[in-house]
Amino acid sequence: MKLGLSAHGVTIWRGDRCLARGLSFELGEGEVLQLVGPNGSGKTSLMRVLAGIGRLDEGEVRWGGIPIRACLDYHATLAYLGHSNALKNHLTTRENIYFYHSITANSSEITADEILSRLELKPVADRPCGLLSMGQRRRAALARLLIGRARLWILDEPLSSLDAEGVAQVAALLMEHVRAGGLAVIATHQVLQLDGVPVRRLELGGN
Amino acid sequence: MRALAALVRRDLRLCFRRPGEVATPVLFFVMVAVLFPLGLSPQPELLAVVAPGVLWVAALLAGLIGQESLFKSDYEDGSLEQLLLGPAALELVVLTRIFTHWLTTGLPLVILSPFLGLMLDYPVQAFGTLVLSLMLGTLILSLLGAVGAALTVGLRQSGMLLPILVLPLAVPVLIFGAQGAAQAARGEDAAAALYLLGALLVLGVTLVPFAVAGALRISLES
Repeated sequence: MKLGLSAHGVTIWRGDRCLARGLSFELGEGEVLQLVGPNGSGKTSLMRVLAGIGRLDEGEVRWGGIPIRACLDYHATLAYLGHSNALKNHLTTRENIYFYHSITANSSEITADEILSRLELKPVADRPCGLLSMGQRRRAALARLLIGRARLWILDEPLSSLDAEGVAQVAALLMEHVRAGGLAVIATHQVLQLDGVPVRRLELGGN
Repeated sequence: MRALAALVRRDLRLCFRRPGEVATPVLFFVMVAVLFPLGLSPQPELLAVVAPGVLWVAALLAGLIGQESLFKSDYEDGSLEQLLLGPAALELVVLTRIFTHWLTTGLPLVILSPFLGLMLDYPVQAFGTLVLSLMLGTLILSLLGAVGAALTVGLRQSGMLLPILVLPLAVPVLIFGAQGAAQAARGEDAAAALYLLGALLVLGVTLVPFAVAGALRISLES
């Protein structure tokens, strides 16, 4: 079966609120799914479920037709960028990137220097991440997408705190990823400008 | 393995950048041990009797400092999610994390203990048993503390909850450890106590990673 992500009757409860009820979708190679919805509508919860971190109350998420709980290398095919940047404030940008390079299963051949210059982090490479601006930290977190060869990107508000140039860089990264046959699930309030790449939208919070 | 080695390097580097976190338990350990002769009376015979208990209780309390933060910073800044998604099993990540934490908090206490023993008139020929018992004991306490730290990782104010959870579990360790150190001081054979500590350590290394990883997964679920 074609590699792809699919949700089948996904229901998510958090406390006494139902964030998703019987949600189903299919996402194939080279496709982008944008999650939209007001704050608190469950975008983050759904993404954590898709990443296999969050709890699923009913239904199933499948990767290539296999339930993700049974799919042993699912985590290795996935890059997850959460709300928080997962950077250590006391380590420099370069050290943070090295660390993620070492803990990524099938890391690409790209060197830390190439990642740093690609994301324009060269000037702050040897500065502790705690001293970076929010936008620079977000860029450093985005470095994780370049480190691995993940097929599926799950990005939670990747554009937050980024300047116009940063947004354009993310769009360029996304297009490159999708053209190579990658999949992406993105939660963002901004309009995604991806030339020639169809973006599907999924509304949450409207029942 | 590469991921686990990177984790050890990262944690040691972080400790090196924040030396205060390593120094606090050590200073606390020294201070508690120094306060006892001041509070009791500085007679060498009395101090030699209480020395094993004092050193063990001081090490136990000092070990609790910083236990709370074992998984908290990784949980709060999102690193724990990335470690969960990484190639190494969470159980092994947890065990590595506990061991690195012990290297920076437990091991300094073990190294310092002979000096404090000297101050408390603990017999020099029993130093080997004291150090060995504290080495095993602080490792077990690091493991027990990790269970408490994992259970309270999502709580805002877990400062007092952790000692309340962990200290009752530490009672057998304290009894065997202090007794072994006291037996050695009296010139008796302390092998039984050390073997029991060793058995507790093996039990902890075997079971704790699963409990901790389970608790962390549940904390990350919501």
